[in-house]
Amino acid sequence: MSIFVNAATRLVVQGITGRDGSFHTRQMLSYGTRVVAGVTPGKGGQQFEGSVPVFNTLADAVEATGADTSIIYVPPAVAASAIAEAADAGLKFIVCITEGIPVVDMMKVMPFVREQGARLLGPNCPGLISPGQAKVGIIPGNICAPGRVGLVSRSGTLTYEVVNHLTRNGIGQTTCVGIGGDPIIGTNFIDVLTAFQADPDTDVIVMMGEIGGTDEQKAAAFVKAHVTKPVVGFIAGQTAPPGRRMGHAGAIISGSSGTAAEKMAAFRDNGIAVMERPVDVVRLVREKLGK
Amino acid sequence: MNLHEYQARELLRAAGVPTPEGDVASTPDEAEAIARRIGGTVVVKAQVHAGGRGKAGGVKLAATPAEAKAHAGRILGMQIKGLTVQKVLVVPAADIATEAYVGLIVDRESQRPLLMVSPAGGIDIEEVAAKTPEKIFKLAIDPRYGLMAHQALGLGFKLYADAAQARAAAKIMTTLYGAFMANGASLAEINPLVTTSDGTVLALDAKISIDDNELDRRPDLAGLRDESAEAPAEVAARHAGLTFIKLDGNVGCVVNGAGLAMATMDLVKYYGGEPANFLDIGGSSNPEKVVNALRIITSDPQVKAILFNIFGGITRTDDVANGIKTALAEFPVKVPIVVRLTGTNEAEAVKILQGIGMTALNDMDDAVQKIVALVREAA
Repeated sequence: MSIFVNAATRLVVQGITGRDGSFHTRQMLSYGTRVVAGVTPGKGGQQFEGSVPVFNTLADAVEATGADTSIIYVPPAVAASAIAEAADAGLKFIVCITEGIPVVDMMKVMPFVREQGARLLGPNCPGLISPGQAKVGIIPGNICAPGRVGLVSRSGTLTYEVVNHLTRNGIGQTTCVGIGGDPIIGTNFIDVLTAFQADPDTDVIVMMGEIGGTDEQKAAAFVKAHVTKPVVGFIAGQTAPPGRRMGHAGAIISGSSGTAAEKMAAFRDNGIAVMERPVDVVRLVREKLGK
Repeated sequence: MNLHEYQARELLRAAGVPTPEGDVASTPDEAEAIARRIGGTVVVKAQVHAGGRGKAGGVKLAATPAEAKAHAGRILGMQIKGLTVQKVLVVPAADIATEAYVGLIVDRESQRPLLMVSPAGGIDIEEVAAKTPEKIFKLAIDPRYGLMAHQALGLGFKLYADAAQARAAAKIMTTLYGAFMANGASLAEINPLVTTSDGTVLALDAKISIDDNELDRRPDLAGLRDESAEAPAEVAARHAGLTFIKLDGNVGCVVNGAGLAMATMDLVKYYGGEPANFLDIGGSSNPEKVVNALRIITSDPQVKAILFNIFGGITRTDDVANGIKTALAEFPVKVPIVVRLTGTNEAEAVKILQGIGMTALNDMDDAVQKIVALVREAA
């Protein structure tokens, strides 16, 4: 088992002929992901790599191929529109890799995504991988291995660092999920924790957070209340400067400043084992797995 | 990107928010001319991206144009929290009856613009929020419908008992919301929103931050950036497509990805070192970016050693190695460099580095411990 994507996932790539889209589609195909269609307006009728049909619209792609999941590699100015197109075509799982989407665009598109009953992962995220089954995004497949640890992270390369430690030490993963670092994201820690809690094949959960916002604190409280599986956590940014504020009352009035210390304390207070260094993941996960 | 007060004021004025008259000056003579045009007592306000301007002596009352000129002469060039004042705003001294607060931010939780208002505005608003949160009224606005008339008026009455003033405040909130969305702001606040003795409602001071992701499609807003108000190294980094923040330590860091960059800094600290900077070379690799990164880091005399921590995914580690090779051929780097790299094209990268007499480490902890030891030896 795994969460969100598996061997049966039928993936459509929005922006398949672009620089990033084509590069990563080749990587996903070679990993074994079932990429059933691509979309690039104006390039309908072409074949990508001689095997993946390209369509002008997502609706055409879904109708012709039965795609059930989409991944988006289009430029930031049109990415929110691509998200809306995927939700409108009835896809229930949408992964948006694009970095740099204006936050106003995200605030406008999110209510539509929710109305359509779709789940968005990202934007500005590395996607996810269920090792041995499907890679949907840009997480390098060779550093992952099938196993029983579920990983959720706000970062990209920091996730690779931690997954790499696990895999090199013989600890595999059910699914590794990058939720993205933007202020407005479709799937948060709590959504992923809920899915891992329900997944019978996930025994331990690793949660990688960073400074800013209060998502980690809320996730920690959620873990205490609703997650029976052991959780190991990390917060990046202990040495990050608080930033040169211009005396903005807004961030303060709206609540927490979101420091690393505050978040690590929230983890500890709620029974989450805190990693001091990325490499500590190996020792802590082993303890929790009882091996 | 933070706007200066005078830029925020112009933006809100253009949208229709009532503000006092006034203008911005770069010289004492200009300040004098503006004060003369306004007439009466004026306020001369330093334009810097720092709070506590008044306490630092950057806000002064002037009864005459000559006094305005004298104040401007002292304030222009003044350092406030390490930033040099380049401009002053000259506005009439308002006769203030009450001070309220109106602000909008992007709320992560509701994923909507959050409007916050308080009848207890002014310089102590942060204390109000901490001690008497019941005096702050919040509304998460649904962007599909915008700020509805009854919502705005309801909040207007939270600020003022007088119906005309409540209506005026509601109109200002609606206009502020429009400007927030139209300009892709991440924060827009009016503090204080004042009433004068004749009952007029006016925006006396404004702060606006524009979402950086908005700037590509809005050259008009991007043009408001004041690079003189930023650290030169940070400006150079932005032009090179790098994210760079200067810190106080002596271990320079070059990393791919923001999360790993922060974790690398944290690990330097964990092993007893002090990071000199945050530097993210981004996802896509390009040897030129590495050259620029090294140029920026070596320009900091505090840096005693430089650590590369690269986890190749999209970033090709051989591109990074080539960047190091090119940089070392172009300019001298007098401090030791420790390279940790793993991932995409690692074997090629190791070969490139060996070719210039460097070794690459594979493990992040090994690399950080090595660089901290090197810095200690050098001290």
